[in-house]
Amino acid sequence: MIEVVNLTKSFGDLQVLKGIDLTIEQGEKVVVIGPSGSGKSTMLRCLNCMEDPTSGQILYHGVNLADMHVDINEQREKIGMVFQHFNLFNNKTVLENIMLAPVVTQKKHMKKLRRQQKQNKSADVEILTNAQIKARAKENALSLLERIGLADKADAYPSQLSGGQKQRVAIVRSLAMHPDVMLFDEPTSALDPEMVGEVLEVIRDLAKSGMTMVIVTHEMGFAREVADRVLFMDEGIILEQGTPQEIFENPQHPRLQEFLSKVL
Amino acid sequence: MGNFSRKVERFLEVFINAGGYVRVLEGLKNTLLIAVLGLVIGLAIGTLIATVRVLPKYKRLPRVLNGFCSFYVELFRGTPMVVQLLVFYYVLLPLIGVKMTSVAVSVVVFGLNSAAYISEIMRSGIQSVDPGQMEGGRSVGLSYANTMLRIVIPQAIKNILPTLGNEFIALIKETSVVSFVGATDLYVAFNYIGSNSYEFMVPYLVMAILYILMVLIISLLVKWMERSLRKSDRGR
Repeated sequence: MIEVVNLTKSFGDLQVLKGIDLTIEQGEKVVVIGPSGSGKSTMLRCLNCMEDPTSGQILYHGVNLADMHVDINEQREKIGMVFQHFNLFNNKTVLENIMLAPVVTQKKHMKKLRRQQKQNKSADVEILTNAQIKARAKENALSLLERIGLADKADAYPSQLSGGQKQRVAIVRSLAMHPDVMLFDEPTSALDPEMVGEVLEVIRDLAKSGMTMVIVTHEMGFAREVADRVLFMDEGIILEQGTPQEIFENPQHPRLQEFLSKVL
Repeated sequence: MGNFSRKVERFLEVFINAGGYVRVLEGLKNTLLIAVLGLVIGLAIGTLIATVRVLPKYKRLPRVLNGFCSFYVELFRGTPMVVQLLVFYYVLLPLIGVKMTSVAVSVVVFGLNSAAYISEIMRSGIQSVDPGQMEGGRSVGLSYANTMLRIVIPQAIKNILPTLGNEFIALIKETSVVSFVGATDLYVAFNYIGSNSYEFMVPYLVMAILYILMVLIISLLVKWMERSLRKSDRGR
């Protein structure tokens, strides 16, 4: 589903990623661990070109996202991302946060469809009016909020939510686009300890539903629980990878052994 | 004080009977028209310039546009408004052979001038918004322009509202230079009353009070807007 070929990324003179090769299968849960500055967040952010790769390819369903001619916005509709600091839209209510992207992108698609239909009169596709698009997005948003138990916060602004609530809303904001894959960039690192649980719960449910996920995290217990595969990154390369058992119970590389002895 | 009340009488006489109020109303209308339209044009162009100036610069087109915009800003900030007005009215328009009323020219010049200042205000406003807001928008598939327009700029405007209010107040006050190209503003109107009553104390006093009143009203409006825009902040 996602294939990373010889990915490198430099910020000025500093080379953060030194050649990453990685294949992520449909439905797979990949957890990335490693010390700070190892490049794990940068690697994740390259997967949807939030950072433009310096060289290499990111093949998503065969489309190279690193190619400047690819419409990256369209591709990102199917790649959800959750940030350490939530990044909810501060000037929008919870409901508007979830509805905004589906409504805007749907309108764009409908415009395209209408144009196609004009050229080719036989094309028989359902065209939604703006009101229908909005109604559906709202329905979907409310049912997503229901799912995470925050339906009563629909009209609240992000500043009125706790960290855990913000992150749960941020997760469903991504889900509202019906993504194929979800990227999590240290989703619990900015949370109070007592709120970590509620966010992990949502991610765990999502994992059970079969979503393809790439998770950068420092929660080793959680990594062990949900991962199909664990990657250990250090100094811009993937040093070791394997099943949670292999990585946590029988680490091979001395660097990984040292890292685990410090964090476990 | 008997002297002063006689002056007030003379002022009122010219103000009411000799058509002074018509000119004052016209001056008031022009002042507000030039300042408000100037602000609107300035906001539109200024926001555009600010957006260009915060664009990522690794492609050639943004770099060229950015160069052009900073030239524009330096040009309009580097010359006095009066000079811009005179150059527009007496140099540029005759050169290209376009006829415009002096009020219309003033609106254009005030708009272009405030665009230069507002672009810098807006740029600092945009840069004060957490970059995470842009990333949040881009991550769900919104375009750069869409995220800018719907997420970043509304938050930027909220941050810079007091400074924008200042800019508007400055524009109101600076309308007193449009008489250089023959437009009637408050100064021209009260000057007319003064010369016709041979008495300048009261007209200029009333003029000053009118300016202060306008500025006070604007300050109140800005405060009210700030309060209503703050509803998305913590602890409303």
